[in-house]
Amino acid sequence: MKHLLTTSFLVAAATSAAQAQQQGGRLDIVVQPEPPSLMLGLVQNGPTQMVAGHIYEGLLRYDTELQPQPSLAESWEISEDGLTYTFNLQDDVVWHDGRPFSAEDVVFSADTFLRETHARLRVSLAYVESITAPDDNTVVFQLSEPFGPFINSFEAGTMPIVPKHIYEGTDYANNEMNATPIGTGPFKFEEWVKGSHIHLTANEDYYLEGKPYLDEVFFRVIPDAASRAVAFETGEVDVLPGGSIENWDVARLMEEDDVCSTGKGWEFLAPHSFMWMNNREGPTADPRFRQAVMYAMDREFVRDVVWNGFGKVATGPVSSRTNFYTDDVTDYSHDPEKAKALLDEMGYDGTPVRVLPLPYGETWQRWAEAVKQNLQEVGIEVEIDSADVAGWNQKTSEWDYDLAFTYLYQYGDPALGTARNYIESQIEKGSPWNNVEGYRNPELDAKWAEAAVTFDRDERQKLYTEIQQEIVEDAPVAWLLELEFPTLYDCSVQDLVTTAIGVNDGLRDTWIEQ
Amino acid sequence: MSDFWIRFSRNKGALLGIAMLAAVILVALVAPLMFPKGPWQMVQRPFLTPFATEGLPLGTDTLGRNVAAGLAYGARVSLLVGLVSTLVALAIGVPLGAVAGYYGGWVDEAAMRFTEFFQTIPNFALAIVLVAIMEPTLTSITLAIAIVSWPPVARLVRAEVLSLKKREFVDAAQLAGLSNRRILLAQILPNAMSPIIVMASLMVATAILLESSLAFLGLGDPNIMSWGYMIGAARTVIRSAWWLSFFPGLAIVITVLALNLIGEGLNDAMNPHLNRKGRA
Repeated sequence: MKHLLTTSFLVAAATSAAQAQQQGGRLDIVVQPEPPSLMLGLVQNGPTQMVAGHIYEGLLRYDTELQPQPSLAESWEISEDGLTYTFNLQDDVVWHDGRPFSAEDVVFSADTFLRETHARLRVSLAYVESITAPDDNTVVFQLSEPFGPFINSFEAGTMPIVPKHIYEGTDYANNEMNATPIGTGPFKFEEWVKGSHIHLTANEDYYLEGKPYLDEVFFRVIPDAASRAVAFETGEVDVLPGGSIENWDVARLMEEDDVCSTGKGWEFLAPHSFMWMNNREGPTADPRFRQAVMYAMDREFVRDVVWNGFGKVATGPVSSRTNFYTDDVTDYSHDPEKAKALLDEMGYDGTPVRVLPLPYGETWQRWAEAVKQNLQEVGIEVEIDSADVAGWNQKTSEWDYDLAFTYLYQYGDPALGTARNYIESQIEKGSPWNNVEGYRNPELDAKWAEAAVTFDRDERQKLYTEIQQEIVEDAPVAWLLELEFPTLYDCSVQDLVTTAIGVNDGLRDTWIEQ
Repeated sequence: MSDFWIRFSRNKGALLGIAMLAAVILVALVAPLMFPKGPWQMVQRPFLTPFATEGLPLGTDTLGRNVAAGLAYGARVSLLVGLVSTLVALAIGVPLGAVAGYYGGWVDEAAMRFTEFFQTIPNFALAIVLVAIMEPTLTSITLAIAIVSWPPVARLVRAEVLSLKKREFVDAAQLAGLSNRRILLAQILPNAMSPIIVMASLMVATAILLESSLAFLGLGDPNIMSWGYMIGAARTVIRSAWWLSFFPGLAIVITVLALNLIGEGLNDAMNPHLNRKGRA
């Protein structure tokens, strides 16, 4: 028997038909900072993805529960051994330049183009033995061994499908068509006025009947955070994507009439904040000290005060928004007495520790100050270090720190976003994105490896639960908050955030109530 | 000396300045007694308005820290940085200017070109660069301020020395066989003291402003509460919590104004022959 995972296209259509969408209108949305390029196959940073995620498409989209939904693929099947992924593509798809789209484009994108240009996808593609197109509407991915998170690798930012007829045999990075991107998405590239805006217009030939609803979208470039807030207040822009203005302005604007907000749309990235604690030397090398840090911190206070109530206290290495999360782990609620007892037990001698804040503005500075106070209350001597972005990169990647703030994306699966911080093979100087704290646990390394290539969901859950329980007990890092960056929008805008990457690919379904 | 005080006290502004500065110094001295837990302690709910809660006359900041405690400890930092950086600047500028002015020739040329090298770079820009390179600590900030403040001192002292060395008492000292060093240290410099003192009092004020500006931009020592830091941290919430930037701003204004008034009073008292407008 084969798992027929879904053909939920009809279901999706039925739920969204509950409200009568209105055609037409123009949407102004802030993009911050200005993207370096709109060619999503070459550049995948946040701003590029927000604009180009509407020009290019992936085979799948993911809803806010991270469940796969149809996009360029109408339906798909995964063989029982987890080795063969078969995608049936939508009919009548054409590129923005009028050329027909076919399975050959998918094979070219995944097997040739992205293998060369997309570092993050390459990790998943390493498990792929072959990609073939038996006919124009079918693509088959054959894996060499089962890779659990593979089904999460098909959204537009991870595997954008690019036109073969434009890129085959060319120098991808210098192809002159990069300036006028051609995709299959609901919106077409119209104009880019550098420093001002990027203008997209509706794709009349889009394969989904009636979509998109909007006539045109303007991605507005406004360099100053306060000006962005003002532009929203005056109605010049309709949407402020998460992270485009400061937290206190978010809280202030949310109280105004006609302003709606949502914390959804970050499930795929699930930014997870924590402090690296240097496991190699100093007091932080002792697990009891690290546990004391966990107990000493009042993370709810920080969430309520510094983050204006946005976010959730992190229980461990995996975000509650990511697959295979468990809350069945050691509970590190604020408990200064326990922290003091642990410090007594290890015989902490008052050696000062340095805390390195993330140089991303006032919020993070306040956070470091709050942590410093919390730690001093239980008797830990703390100095706040300071560094700009370059200095922070240097200090963390050269391991010159005691405690250092950071946050990382989870990419929907522990094997993609989480494992890299805790496995021994990821201990390497020079990168601030790997196992910077220097945690070594060979037994868990084996479990991480096993979980990545296990296909059965229950089996994976069991392994990840064990991993989380042990790692939380060891506290190699100090988990802080699951960050939340609310998206603010004018209440007349409907169905803005419907996917796990929110406004990065959601405007297909968005409409404006007139 | 009593003449000096009489002349000084004739200037009402200068007396007011002394009173204000004395108040600031007093607050700085008793800060640890008034707020033994220090300025970083989170004592109450955040964003309490001033004059509303007992024991928190100036309210609380974004993390629930006592604004009054921050001001008191900030006074220590401002005064310390102002004073020390001025002393360091004098220690660089006075000898350099004196030597340049007295010996003249290539010594003068070299010293002045060196001074101009610093003068051509805008003060504040240079201070930012220095602090950024050295990493912001109390020492590096003080040093950076001193390094950008000494060139005017050197030029002033050089000019004073140039005019003084042509006076008859210097000729007399030379005839009496005094060494150049003795003449410079014992005869010329004491006579150049009054403009230096006046300038120094104004430099303290400038240094306090510089330190506040650096801290405002996030280039303060992150472990030290200062007025500039308080304003910088409050800038972002200025629309909802005015008092967080208002009180430290007021403290800076008062201190800098006091130092300026004192400087002017000193100027009047030490140069009685300079009859300034409207004064007999």
